[in-house]
Formats: sequence, C-alpha cells, structure tokens
Amino acid sequence: MASIDTATATESAQLVIHPVWVRITHWINALAMLVMIGSGWQIYNASPLFGFTFPDSITLGGWLAGALLWHFAAMWVLVVNGFVYLALGLASGRFRRKLLPIRPGEVIADAMAALTFKLSHQDLSVYNAVQRLLYLGIILVGIVIVLSGLSIWKPVQLQELTALFGGYDAARYVHFAAMAAIVAFLAIHVLLSILVPKSLRAMITGR
Amino acid sequence: MPRIRKTIPGVDPRLLIKDAAALMPDPARRKFLRGAASVGALAFLTGCDIVDGPTAESALRVVSRFNDRVQGWLFDPNKLAPEYPESAMTRPFPFNAYYSEDEAPVVPAEGFKLEVGGLIDNKEPWTLERLYALPEVSQITRHVCVEGWSAIGSWQGVRLSEFLKRLGADSRAKYVWFQCAEGYSNTIDMPTALHPQTQLTFKFDHQILPRKYGFPMKCRIPTKLGFKNPKYIIAMHVTNKDLGGYWEDQGYNWFSGL
Repeated sequence: MASIDTATATESAQLVIHPVWVRITHWINALAMLVMIGSGWQIYNASPLFGFTFPDSITLGGWLAGALLWHFAAMWVLVVNGFVYLALGLASGRFRRKLLPIRPGEVIADAMAALTFKLSHQDLSVYNAVQRLLYLGIILVGIVIVLSGLSIWKPVQLQELTALFGGYDAARYVHFAAMAAIVAFLAIHVLLSILVPKSLRAMITGR
Repeated sequence: MPRIRKTIPGVDPRLLIKDAAALMPDPARRKFLRGAASVGALAFLTGCDIVDGPTAESALRVVSRFNDRVQGWLFDPNKLAPEYPESAMTRPFPFNAYYSEDEAPVVPAEGFKLEVGGLIDNKEPWTLERLYALPEVSQITRHVCVEGWSAIGSWQGVRLSEFLKRLGADSRAKYVWFQCAEGYSNTIDMPTALHPQTQLTFKFDHQILPRKYGFPMKCRIPTKLGFKNPKYIIAMHVTNKDLGGYWEDQGYNWFSGL
C-alpha cells in the first residue's frame, strides 16, 4: 500500500514540473530582462566603461533619453516581479527543495557529464548539481544587479548602499559585470533549452 | 485588441499630431521612434500597439512622471551629498554641454544684472558686486552626468535658500525656474531649492567662475544629475508653474534626483 501511495504522489508531482507562478514570473522576468539589457546597452554607450560600444541595432530606446525611459519603466516590472518570485520561492519551499544542497563534488561530476552529453534529462523536476549552482547563482546576481542599479540611480539618497559597492564609479562596474553574468547565463540557458526542448515546453505548459 | 479612437469635435486630428510632434526636436524624435519600433516583438506584452511610437512614448512618459513622484518622496531634505577632500578633485574638470567649448555663451561682466521674478517681494535685479557680497559657502562634491560619468569639483557661492530668503520668496511655491544665456532652462522643485547644499555658484575652485564653467553663475545641485545644474544663469523665477527645461522637454526625467 505504502509503495503505491508514494508512486502516485511522485506521479502527480511529475505532472506539474513548474507551478503556474513560476511560469508567469519566469516569462515576465524574461521580457523585463530583455528591455533592461537592451536599454542598458544604449545607456552604456553614452559613456562606455570599456573600449567598445554596443551596436545600435541591438539596443533599445534610440537615444539616451529613450533608453532611460525604458530602463526606469521596466525596472518596476523587474523588481515587483522579482519580489513575487523570491517571496513565493522562499515561502513555498521550492528554493530549498530544488536548489539545495549544492555539493562541489556533484557539481564537478554533473558538469563533466553535461560536457560529454551524458547527463540524464529523464526527470526535469529534479535539477542536477550544475543547474542548482547556476540557478542559485543567477538569483544572487539578480539581487546584485538591482542593488548596484539602485546605488547608481540614487548615490545621494542611498549613499550607504553606494558606499557598499565601493562608491559611484565602482558601482557602475559592478552593475556592468552583473549584466555580463546575466547575458552569459542567458546564452547558456537558451542554448540548453533548445538542446532539451521538453524543458522549454515545461516552462510554458508546466509539464 | 480594438483601439478606441476618440475624436474631439472641432479639432483637426492632423493639427493635433503636428502639435504633439513639435514636443520633440526632429532628430531626437526620429531616433526615439527607431528604438521604439525595434521592440515590435514586445507588442504582445501589452496587447496594444507598442510599435506605434507615440503610444509607447506617452506610456513611458506617464511612468517617468510617476518616477518624479517617487523621487520627490525619496528625497530627504536633510540628507547631504558626500563631500570630498581637495585631493579627490577631478583635474581638469570636464567641460560639458550640447555645444563645444568655443561656442559657450559669453556674458559680459560689465553691467550684468541677474533678473529675478515670480513669487518674490524684491524684484530688483542683482549686480555681480551685490551677489559676490552674499555669505559664501563651499563644497567639493560629485557631479554625476546623466550619461553615467562623474567628476568631483569645488564650488563656492551663496546657499540658494539664503538667496531666496533675501528675495522674500514664497517658499510654499512649488518651483524655481532658471533662464540661461544660451536659451537653456531648468525648473527645479522647491524642496531641492531649499536643500542646504543647493548653491547659487559664483566660483569654481575659489576662482571667479570661468566662461567654460558657466560665468556669471550656475546653480550647483549635488542632489541632482548634471543637466539639472544650469550654467550661464541670467534670470531666476519662483513659480507654481512647471516651466520645464531644455532636456526635460525632450524626454529626460524631470526630477532627475541622485
């Protein structure tokens, strides 16, 4: 009897891989991120930190004022949606269940398996060690990009926060580095979802 | 989603569009629309014509006005911008404007008078001699440009709150408006005007403000972005009407607080 009960429970858990709040916040976040990155690149171009600028064709806003309008509008979507995601992730226990524990040995083993295309994708409801590390990591980067962004936006009113990042100029570099980390994550994330299409389906239909 | 078009009787829609288009100079407007059009893929987000440039633009401006209110609420009248030692100054301090340095306005010192007006008791114009005699305060603060770069400079002048007091300004008024020699202008909120570090500046690094930094005077506001720090000021009005500003009218955020 006990074994049948367990099997049924597992089966129904497998039916829904991503609850509806995960899917909704995921796609709102994806759109907000694209707007933030596109407009952020245009803002960067007005005063580049490094010896390059982003081509106009992949930036958003057309000119600095337009990009700033987009950036400070999408900011609200990103932050409100991010709060909902974090609150539900913590309250529901999803983060603890799905992202922990992260053991270095497993990360190395799963990374090797992934690179040799030997990683199993049978059960999408369980994240492998590399996924756990990256998903937890990108949540932390998301927090850093919001806080560093706030410290660039309000270096007087939120000067204590700005000081935490090493001052106004340093906060710009932190903000840029966090963007770069997110873009790198995004590239891998999209590539892998194409290689394992059922993972993309799960993020749309839940199953 | 069907779009509801309201027609106002007696108003020619073509003229209305022309008026709206005049709100932004042509090159900037074209640039903005090109950017707006490139987000066609996002159109489904709102279900309406986001690719329709003016729709996106007016929606974004509504959010920008909302951001003005948030920033007004976030503004702490007692919170001071960090001050720095002289050794931290950026040398040379950059010249920055929408024109080159040799095109900067030349305001003759001789016979110059600052025009003051609006909701004030004493409307007599101020000579530089009288202005220079006002109690001097000094600050070494960070100038943050809307483009992202920043530079630390040293400015001396009179507290704007002190000057407003001498004008007998109505401090319940909502705005202070500045007119500059080259046609530039700025409107700032009264709480910022009364902030202890907001300064009507006559000197840079203890020398009479050179032409490149805004002679005869600038308004140094370390709690606002650089473009909200007008230079070459020739007139100042206390008002309840938001008279806008050179960049604000083109789409930059009005409050632009730091």
